[in-house]
Amino acid sequence: MTTVLAIDDSLTIRQLVSQTLEAAGFSVTTASDGREGLVAFDKARFDAVITDVNMPNLDGFGVIEAIRNGTTNRRVPILVLTTESGAELKDRARRAGATGWIVKPFDDTALIDVLHRLTGGQARQ
Amino acid sequence: MNDSLKATFFAECEDLLEALSSGLAVVSEGAHDAETVNAIFRAVHSIKGAAGAFALTDLVNFAHRFETVLDRIRSGTLEIDAEVLRIITRSSDVLADLVEAAQSESGAIPEAMDGLVQSLTDLGEAPAAGGAAAADAFAFEPVAFAPICLDLPAAERVFHVAFTPHRALYENGHEPARLFAALAELGAVEVRCDTSRLPELDRLDPAESYLSWTIVLRGDIAEGRILQVFSFVEGLCDLTVDLVDEGVPHEPPALLVHESDGTDKGGAHMAPVDTPAPAAGPVGAAPGGAPKAARPATPGQPAAAPAATLRVDPERVDKLINTVGELIINHAVITQKVIASGIPQNSDLMADLDDYRHLAREIQEGVMAIRAQPVKPLFQRMARIVREAAEATGKDVVLVTEGEATEVDKTLVERLADPLTHMVRNAVDHGIEPAERRAAAGKPLPATVRLSAAHRSGHVQIEVADDGGGLNRERVLQTAIAKGLVSPDAKLSEAEIDNLLFLPGFSTASTVTNLSGRGVGMDVVKTTITSLGGRLTIASEPGRGSVFTISLPLTLAVLDGMVVSVGSETMVLPLASIVETVRPRPGDFMPIGPTGTLLSIRGAFVPVVCLGDVLGLGRHEIDASRSILVLIRTETGSQVALAVDGISDQRQVVIKSLEGNYRAIQGISAATILGDGKIALIVDPDAVVAMASQTPPLSPLADMEFHNDRRAAAG
Repeated sequence: MTTVLAIDDSLTIRQLVSQTLEAAGFSVTTASDGREGLVAFDKARFDAVITDVNMPNLDGFGVIEAIRNGTTNRRVPILVLTTESGAELKDRARRAGATGWIVKPFDDTALIDVLHRLTGGQARQ
Repeated sequence: MNDSLKATFFAECEDLLEALSSGLAVVSEGAHDAETVNAIFRAVHSIKGAAGAFALTDLVNFAHRFETVLDRIRSGTLEIDAEVLRIITRSSDVLADLVEAAQSESGAIPEAMDGLVQSLTDLGEAPAAGGAAAADAFAFEPVAFAPICLDLPAAERVFHVAFTPHRALYENGHEPARLFAALAELGAVEVRCDTSRLPELDRLDPAESYLSWTIVLRGDIAEGRILQVFSFVEGLCDLTVDLVDEGVPHEPPALLVHESDGTDKGGAHMAPVDTPAPAAGPVGAAPGGAPKAARPATPGQPAAAPAATLRVDPERVDKLINTVGELIINHAVITQKVIASGIPQNSDLMADLDDYRHLAREIQEGVMAIRAQPVKPLFQRMARIVREAAEATGKDVVLVTEGEATEVDKTLVERLADPLTHMVRNAVDHGIEPAERRAAAGKPLPATVRLSAAHRSGHVQIEVADDGGGLNRERVLQTAIAKGLVSPDAKLSEAEIDNLLFLPGFSTASTVTNLSGRGVGMDVVKTTITSLGGRLTIASEPGRGSVFTISLPLTLAVLDGMVVSVGSETMVLPLASIVETVRPRPGDFMPIGPTGTLLSIRGAFVPVVCLGDVLGLGRHEIDASRSILVLIRTETGSQVALAVDGISDQRQVVIKSLEGNYRAIQGISAATILGDGKIALIVDPDAVVAMASQTPPLSPLADMEFHNDRRAAAG
C-alpha cells in the first residue's frame, strides 16, 4: 500500500486529506506541525509527503529542506498543499525541493491523480 | 463533504478563534512580539484554509482580507496603532460571526462586515511593498489540476520530446520513469536513454544527473497534455517538445554533437542493455539503446562490481535484535532457576549454560554488526556543509575528519545527520571568527573544523571542534537574561553558562543567522541526542575554540549498567555516567545547610544525593557505615555522588521502553528485566540530579504500584 505522510496544522485539513486518500487506498499518517512531521518521517519509510506551508514550530519549507538534506528517504516526492497560489510560492517551493504543489481547497481526484503519478501508483520496496 | 468533517472544522474554528482573541488581548496590551503576531496570523490563515474545503465563500473571502493585513503586520510593513488594533479586533469578531453563520447555515452576513472589508482592503494594500500579493486578493485556483482545454487533436501526431533532467530534478523527488509512465498514458511511447555523458565509474557522482532521454510519442495527443505531464519539473530540466510530421523516420531529429569526456565506457556499466554507440548527433542526447526501463542516475547504487551484499529489510534485523535480547534474558532466567534448584556450580549443566551464554552473546554481537555502518558517508556530507557555510559567511575554513571508519548503529547514523549538520554549520557560522579577527590574533588561515569519531569504552564519541574564538560567555549570559531564561542576578559557573546554549528558546532570531537557523536550535540538537540515549557536552576556551562532544551508546537496544539496590528495589545505573564507586569513611561526610551532605573526596567536595530519597522510595539516612556512593558525572561536567544501599552486578541489560508499556516516570529512562525475572528500572542520573536540586522533593514512584513480575513489562 502506498504510504503518505500528511503534515498540516489544521485538524480539518488533516482529516480531509486522510479521508480522501484512505478512500483511494492510501495509508495515511498525519502530523500537526513541521517538527512533528519530521519525527514521523524518521519513523517510517513513506512513499510521499504532503505538507502545509504555514505551520508553527517548523514551516513547510523547513520540512522540505530537512528531508532533502537528511539521510533517509531524501528523494521522497513531497507535495506542498497550500492556500497560496502565486507563481512566486511555487518557485520557492521548487527551490526548497518540493516535487509538486496542490492549491487548497483541493479537488479529490486531482490530489489522488498527482499522488499516483508521483509515487508510480504503487508502494516502493 | 461529510458531517463529521464539518464538525471537526467547527470545533477547530472554535479553538482558532480562541487563539485569535487571546493573541489579540496580548497585542492590545502593547506587546506585539513576533510569536504572538504569528499565532494570530496562523489562526486566521488556518480558518481560511479549512473553510475553503467547504466552499464557505464569505468566510474565505473575509479571512483572506484579514490575513493580508495580518501578514503585513507580521512582515513589519504595517505598524499596529490604535486604529489598526481597532480594525483587527473588530475583524476577529466578524470572523467569529461568519463562522457561526456558516455553522447554523443561516447565511447571515454580519452587519459590520462591509465597512470592515473596506478598512481591511485599505490596510492590506501596501503603498509599495507586497502590492502584488494584496492586489491579487482573490486569485484562488479552485482546483490545481483543472483539466486543460485541449487543442483539437489530429488523427495521429508524432512528438519528439527531448528531456535532460538537471540534478535538482532528482533532488526534488522526481523520477524520470514516472514521467514516462504518465506519457505512456497519452499514447504509444518509445523511450531512448542517452548514457554518453556518464563519466568513468570512479568519477561518477551518484547525485549528478548524467542521463538524458528522447521520447517518441505517437497518438491523438494535444501538446498541452504533454507539457502538463512536465509541469512540476519546469525549470528542473531541459525540455523540448517538437511536433514532427507524420512519416518522419523514428529517429530523433539530428542535433548538435555533445562533447563528453566520459565517452561511452561509463555507459557500459550503467545501461543494462544495448550499450549505445556514441552517435554523432543530438544536443546532449545521443540516441541510446537502453529501453524505457533504463535506470535514472539515482544515487546510492552506482552499479559497481557486484560485491556480494545482501539487502535486508531493517525491520527484520530489528526483530532479530529484539529476539536476541529475549534470549539473553531467557538465559539469565534459566541460570537463576538452575541455581535455585540446588544444582552444584561445577556441574556439567552449569558449564553448558555458560556455553549458552557465550553463544547468545556472539549472536547478539553478530546481529548488532549487521546494523553497524561506518560514519564515513555522514562525515563526507559534512565536508559539503562546511564548504557551503564557509562560502555563505565568506570565511576560509577546512574540515578535518578523523575516525571515519568508526562503526555506529545504522539508526544512529541516520538520526545524527541533522544534529551534526546543525553543529557543523554552527561551528563555521558562530565558532570561526572572521578572517580579519583571526589575522589580528595571529591565528592560522584557513580555520579548521575538526570532526572526529571514536569508540570509547562502549560508547561512540563524536566531536565537532573549531579553532575559533570560543564562546563569548558574557554575551551568552546576556542573551539568556534578556530572554528570561536566567535571572539577572544568578551566579553561574562557566560550565553552566555554556550549557545555556542548550536551553529551549535560547537560539532565536537574534542569535541565529540565516545560515545556522533552520528553525532548529541547539535545544533540538540536544533533545535528539538525548532521545538516542546519548549526551551532548560543550567545552570552550576563549581564543582557542569550542568542542561539542556527542557521546552515544553503541546501540539503542542494550545498555551497560551497574545493578544497584535501593531499599527493596533493584535499579540499574548507566555505566557511561559512572566515574567511580566509593565506600565512604565516617569522616568523609560534611553537612551543608539543613539537609544537604557533601562528600569529601581527594580534597574536593561533591554533593551527595540519596537515590531512594529522590525517587520517593522512603527516607534513607546517608549512613557512612552502610551506604555506597556511586560517583557520576553529570552533563554539565560536575560530579555528584549518588547514595545507594548496595552494588550487586555490572552487566549489559536489554532496554525496555517504559513509555510504551507504562508511562514516563521522572528520573527513570527505561526498564529492564533481570535474570530472576524481576523488573529493574534504569535510572536517568541527570534527571535524578535535577530532581534533587528541586524543592520540595518529588516522589514519582510513591504512587506507582509496583508489580515486580515479568508480566508488567512484557511486550
